[in-house]
Amino acid sequence: MSVTTTYRTCPRSGLQFENQAEMLIKANAFVGVVWLLIGGVLAIGVVLTRWPAIHWLEAETFYMVLTAHGLDMLIFWLIFFEVAILYFAASTLLRCRIATPKVAWLAFALMLIGSVLNNVAVFNGASSVMMTSYVPMMAEPSFYLGLILFAVGALIACFVFFGTLVVAKREKTYDGSVPLVTFGAITAAIIAVFTISSGAIILIPTWLLSIGVVEHVDPLVYRTVWWAFGHSSQQINVAAHISVWYLVAAVAFGAKPMSERVSRTAFLLYILFLQLASAHHLLADPGLSTGWKVINTSYFMYFAVLASMIHGLTIPGAMEVAQRRKGYTKGLFEWLRKAPWGNPTFSGVFISIIGFGFLGGISGVMMGTEQLNMIIHNTIYVPGHFHATVVVGTTLTFMALTYYLIPVLFQREMIAPTLAKWQPYLFGFDVLLLSCHDGCGHVGCCAAPLGYVVRRSSHGI
Amino acid sequence: MSAILPPAERLWYKHPIDRVEGTWIVIALTWCLIMFGMMVGWHIWGNQNLSTETYRTTPEQFVVKVQDMVDKYTVRTETDQEIPVVAPPPGSDIYLLARLWSFWPILELENGKTYRLHMTSMDFNHGFSLQPANINIQMVPGFEHVVTITPNQSGPYSVVCNEFCGIGHHQMVSRLYVK
Repeated sequence: MSVTTTYRTCPRSGLQFENQAEMLIKANAFVGVVWLLIGGVLAIGVVLTRWPAIHWLEAETFYMVLTAHGLDMLIFWLIFFEVAILYFAASTLLRCRIATPKVAWLAFALMLIGSVLNNVAVFNGASSVMMTSYVPMMAEPSFYLGLILFAVGALIACFVFFGTLVVAKREKTYDGSVPLVTFGAITAAIIAVFTISSGAIILIPTWLLSIGVVEHVDPLVYRTVWWAFGHSSQQINVAAHISVWYLVAAVAFGAKPMSERVSRTAFLLYILFLQLASAHHLLADPGLSTGWKVINTSYFMYFAVLASMIHGLTIPGAMEVAQRRKGYTKGLFEWLRKAPWGNPTFSGVFISIIGFGFLGGISGVMMGTEQLNMIIHNTIYVPGHFHATVVVGTTLTFMALTYYLIPVLFQREMIAPTLAKWQPYLFGFDVLLLSCHDGCGHVGCCAAPLGYVVRRSSHGI
Repeated sequence: MSAILPPAERLWYKHPIDRVEGTWIVIALTWCLIMFGMMVGWHIWGNQNLSTETYRTTPEQFVVKVQDMVDKYTVRTETDQEIPVVAPPPGSDIYLLARLWSFWPILELENGKTYRLHMTSMDFNHGFSLQPANINIQMVPGFEHVVTITPNQSGPYSVVCNEFCGIGHHQMVSRLYVK
């Protein structure tokens, strides 16, 4: 079966974009960035209120702004952009048409309607329940309905991605196995199906509770299943941004993976174990046994940690091999000194690798230890951790990718190239500083409890 | 050839692993196993582990037990709301409830003595955060969490709610005394 469509080959990168896929990638990436912008503006409200000298917003407004900031950043910005990456990894990298473009547009519409509906509910003021929205604290019904519509849309998008893989295979648009980046995207999509289904499983009864159809949703069951959505959605990010790291290593250096077998096995470990990281939110909970906590957050979780350790070695390793082949062989670090530090695509990804690995990863593994979690649970350490993972790790990587895509996909030049050159440094180091202050500041307080001012929770003022 | 192209070697899965990569994997895996061992080991040899003893409860059931303790062992009241300060005998079962937006009652414990602390929430999720000792435990409605505690440092402590519980969340603070 062949379908008529048009392709465009990008003269700069040699990538081949199919017409429908190109528009879908653009639309999803664009809406994602709009959510990033909104979430970024909201972040100003959060920061200026948490700054004791300014203490800008009243409690009621602050909680509303913080709820919107969390959802717009952690869910809407990232998942929209990830859908764009999925379509890119399937259609562009496999040089094939996108399966069922109309269904893909339906998914886009559902995601857009859902995200707007949810935000309208939040800004109405009666749904300041934070992203976690633990029952029995209830938001307006449209808050949950928005999330459900968004989730259904995202789920459909995942299946369009899988369909596109089938199309590529059947129409023989590539030889042998899929590229490593596509393999990583498949990992992200499989995790996404698990994540979004978990979200639906718990949010649908909660929505029914909010409109009075269901009488009771158990608070502990809600916490357990909600985190399979709330934390696992960050695991989609990890799989997606690590795929982008491999992509950037390939386009910025012409690097080839050190070992396809090792890198792919590491992705496979993600599919099997990464979602268990969500259990670390429940380490201070009643009702879950010690054995369950140890097995989930330590025994099995460390296989996913192992996978991250592998990616953390092989990606810079592949860059080093490629640089050395170009003749940068002096000493241990000439390859790194002579890297294209002025190219925001590279500098963004490199800062992201360092920040995600050393600060995000290590703080996360610490948090996953039951006894350490007791001094960390629900403190400011937690935002310190996830700003290092989701902002320095994922958001900065996606920004770096955007610098690559603007000429290649949108066929435009950057309006202020010098500013673009500085942006990853400014953004990356500022967020690292924020994370250090939150996370390490907290660890510091454990060492010197005297004279330490009580820090409020991650949600408090 | 590259991560964005299909692997040049069709049988990439037969490609031998580089020594550097292999060594790294062994080091990382060993470290993972040590950390796993530590987490279990701390349960055996460590002094600060969270008990998972939990019972289902309801606000009505729990409030009876708290009221009983308050009636027997109140020594004084504090703050404008006249929250009772309770000094239960060492070794006994003691109770703390969280509700919008306060903890009730205030506990006064003896240094070096062991108590069984029962905690639950009457309404939403709340957080028990003891400062500056920095011990953080989740309080989930419907579940009575029992933690065995032995205070080892005298002084006044703050109890802070660290789970967002609505508009009054930031005002939800209380005290705990160790004599």
